Amino acid sequence: MDTFFRVLLLQDYNTRLVVIGTVLLGIAAGTVGSLLLLRKRALIGDVISHATLPGVAIAFLLMIILGGTGRWPVGLLVGAGVAGVAAAAVVLLLRRTTMLRDDAAMAIVMSTAFGVGIALLGVIQDLPTGNQAGLESIIYGKTATKVRADAIGIGLAALLVVLMAAALYKEFRLLCFDAHFAGSQGWPVNTLDIALLLLGTAVTVIGLQAVGLILVLALLIIPAAAARYWTDRLVQMMVISALLGAASAWIGVTISALVPRMPAGAVIVLSAAGFFVVSLVFGSRCGLLLRFLRALRIHRRTNRQHILRAIWECQETSETVRVQDLINRRSWTRREVDRLLRKARRRGEVSFHGDHVVILSDHGRAAAEVVVRNHRLWELFLIQHADIAPTHVDRDADAIEHVLGVELVRELEAALGPDDLLPSSPHGLSGGTS
Amino acid sequence: MTIDAHSGQVPYVPGSEHDTRAPLSIHDMTVAYQRKPVLWDVDLDIPEGQLVCIVGPNGAGKSTLLKACLDLVPRVSGEVLFWGESISRLRGRVAYVPQRESVDWDFPVSALDVVAMGTYRRLGWCRPVGRRQRAAAMAALERVDLADLAGRQISQLSGGQQQRVFLARALVQEADLYLMDEPFASVDASTEQAILTVLRELRSNGRTVVCVHHDLQTVRESFDWVVMLNMRVVAAGSVADTFTIENLRRTYGGRLTLLDQAAMALGRAHRGEEEA
Repeated sequence: MDTFFRVLLLQDYNTRLVVIGTVLLGIAAGTVGSLLLLRKRALIGDVISHATLPGVAIAFLLMIILGGTGRWPVGLLVGAGVAGVAAAAVVLLLRRTTMLRDDAAMAIVMSTAFGVGIALLGVIQDLPTGNQAGLESIIYGKTATKVRADAIGIGLAALLVVLMAAALYKEFRLLCFDAHFAGSQGWPVNTLDIALLLLGTAVTVIGLQAVGLILVLALLIIPAAAARYWTDRLVQMMVISALLGAASAWIGVTISALVPRMPAGAVIVLSAAGFFVVSLVFGSRCGLLLRFLRALRIHRRTNRQHILRAIWECQETSETVRVQDLINRRSWTRREVDRLLRKARRRGEVSFHGDHVVILSDHGRAAAEVVVRNHRLWELFLIQHADIAPTHVDRDADAIEHVLGVELVRELEAALGPDDLLPSSPHGLSGGTS
Repeated sequence: MTIDAHSGQVPYVPGSEHDTRAPLSIHDMTVAYQRKPVLWDVDLDIPEGQLVCIVGPNGAGKSTLLKACLDLVPRVSGEVLFWGESISRLRGRVAYVPQRESVDWDFPVSALDVVAMGTYRRLGWCRPVGRRQRAAAMAALERVDLADLAGRQISQLSGGQQQRVFLARALVQEADLYLMDEPFASVDASTEQAILTVLRELRSNGRTVVCVHHDLQTVRESFDWVVMLNMRVVAAGSVADTFTIENLRRTYGGRLTLLDQAAMALGRAHRGEEEA
């Protein structure tokens, strides 16, 4: 319990260092990831990250050949960065010079590079000096307690990446939205693309220590994709994405520090995925819940309008409206009609006379008249202006009348001539008292 | 060689000397995608202060012509001069309107943000959009009658409104030459009129406008000058002289629809012209 609070409250100097470093990494990943996502370059990040493995292995071997131990971290990271950029360049080259499509080119380069990396790791393991502990950890990431040596470096590099992205914000926005226009204005589109890829590579390389190369892509892309569910503005998207990245990083490091042998990277990515699911469901922009509620509302309104119109139209053809008349009017079952009528009664729109006769209240009459009027206006419009046969308009109008706004109804009235009266149905009303 | 534009029997041959003051002159330009030629030996002078349209069948290279002039796609050979100079020194005087479908309209920016992109070049590297740029963008939106939708996310605009946003982005550049790729594509009649009004304003201010255009029926009423293109320039000149049934047949081959032909014939009959 004591450790729990020490970690949570950042009382421990080492934990504080690791948390700050990783949170800065999360911010950098969220920021750059938004841009990569909008440039539709999400997968190139995967190529870069997988290619860092052979880069690290080659750097290790080179340093041993040059007489070192091969464990110098800066050397390893430089190797990772060079290999990542080289792999991205090979993808671009394949795309330009061969018939390969993007996805195929990326799959080939990514898996080949990773294969080379795994093979080289095997070679290193057999070396007499080959204490390769530390190399394997870049695949899956380390535990928080082992990250601390690199925390300051990670934090500073991440800060630099964020500053670069902020400085070139306007240019990147233009590039991601409309590269052709950017080119016509003389902006160096290729250079900007490379700059963006370099920032992505930088995040990947500094993320290797904390998250591992397989999972670092998730930290780039998932917070950005989640942020898109909350906003329609690029700045806000980048800020939200950065915050989600930072929160994921903090949760991941904290849990990793508390649970022995739990790698930080996995928890970071799982937290990010959690944020994504929450955003997907509850997001204020096209979130699933919002869409579901909207659909439900339309469904309810449609049902209400259907029953009101059915009662009204029955009234037009006969004195009394029985429940059976309403069932005949639409493909309704008895249970559905009963349910709709119960709801209408709760709203005070209908009352029952005896068991089977339905009567519209004043309130219900007024509402039904509006519904019927909209429906008929739209039917007339379809007949007069869209050349649809009168026998077909009922079903066509049925779909749209429920969503007609006040403005559109006025336009329909104007198009069909000023007439405050309720137009009679342009087609025969069937299914009443037959 | 003299060109009898009315008969249209003689192939289009441009003058051997180019006008160095022409806002756009193209010399023997050839463009190829993956070694497959798209444009052959295009040789063209666009006159100043005119509304010019480029017509031709699908795949004729109309959009490519604009992109190649702006160095957006590489040229195999040839030279493009703007007012007698290369584009790199004059980008600020040339505004480009890409096809509406070329961008992702789901992008998280507002209409005003998009229009403000027209000011980026003058702003230069790393300097953020400020109050002056926003005011200029707002004024351009007013010119295309979209000021009240400035804050809308662009996916919530109709096709015609999106097209007008693109037009406003070109206007804010205050260029002298406007190269527009299908500015009238899938817009309703009132938007078409609104866009045309803006283009005429530009012309009356001495600006030159070149549009890739697909609606043959509006060429006569909307444009002064026409380039008829089908991988090579079939004919180019004033609409009155050049936009003839003969040239249309040579440009479109058998692909000119009956409907277009009938509409053209109707238009001629309306103006009391004789079928040549």
